[in-house]
Amino acid sequence: MILAFDIVILVFLVIAAIISLSVKDLLSASMIYGIYGFLICLLWAEMGAVDVAFTEASVGAGISTVLLVATVFNTKRKSSD
Amino acid sequence: MLSKVFATIAVAITGSLLLHGVADFPGFGDPHSPANAGVPGSESVSQYFITKSYKDTKVPNLVTSVLADYRGYDTMFETVVIFAAGMAIFAILRVTGDRNVPAPRRIDESTFTDGDHSRIIVGTTCRLVVPVIQIFALYVVAHGHHSPGGGFQGGVILGASFIIIALSENLNAALRRLSETNYIRIACIGILIYAGFGVMCQVLDKNFLDYGVLQPLLFTDGPEMARSHSMLGVEIGVAFTVTAIMFAIYANLSSRGLLRSGL
Repeated sequence: MILAFDIVILVFLVIAAIISLSVKDLLSASMIYGIYGFLICLLWAEMGAVDVAFTEASVGAGISTVLLVATVFNTKRKSSD
Repeated sequence: MLSKVFATIAVAITGSLLLHGVADFPGFGDPHSPANAGVPGSESVSQYFITKSYKDTKVPNLVTSVLADYRGYDTMFETVVIFAAGMAIFAILRVTGDRNVPAPRRIDESTFTDGDHSRIIVGTTCRLVVPVIQIFALYVVAHGHHSPGGGFQGGVILGASFIIIALSENLNAALRRLSETNYIRIACIGILIYAGFGVMCQVLDKNFLDYGVLQPLLFTDGPEMARSHSMLGVEIGVAFTVTAIMFAIYANLSSRGLLRSGL
């Protein structure tokens, strides 16, 4: 566990989380959610949990982003609230 | 406005309580913490896995040996959960027979002409990349008990390769390679492979998923290698189900259950 890595990843994680919640365009929100998943994957790989990181990279950052985008294309793109 | 103020206060209080609780945690990777070393009088289970799992199963990747062998029952029902998710998507979204529902975006295959450069670039790149992705996915499945990976990850990557075909061409091109009948069949076969390994152990007078007893069937040197090989078989079953269900969820979501043009 390297403290400098941790701090950088966690800061980006918080930024990605806030942006993906606050952005109005649903497509950008789901892309930034993918970035969030990838940053969590980096965090886990850095903590030594390689199997979990692999699962997060394939499921969290990969498939679930694709599924979200597929769903967004069947809805209106802008959030109303 | 007032509700936002209350929400902020509630979040602040909960967050500070959580941070207060974190202060009592043992240090990261502390070998003497109760979770790692156990409490006086009873040894911790992680101690047993770390010291004995390679001797018991001859599997270098401790995570896989815990997931597929010691906690095999859990993993079997995780696979069933994935299967149930796929069936729920199927039950909610799939539309059959109703031709009046308009497809969201129709891409005619005859538009794929020589003048359409963007589609040629994307299509060719994906055609070149997909075999590499699929071979990597099979490697992840087959090598899951020696390196990070396993049935879930490999299955997701294999399913993603079919999704790439559906994204780069259209959904029908992917459905020609993995049709609806076939993906439902493959999803069922995956769970049957997993449960079949368990039932075989019962037939040979041992507990469900007690792989060591399969030694004479798998022609291995000892019960340890039988457990290692059975883990590979079980991972293949998981990969079957996950591949099929991931593609099924995408196909139904992207085409509103019509399984026609897709995105």
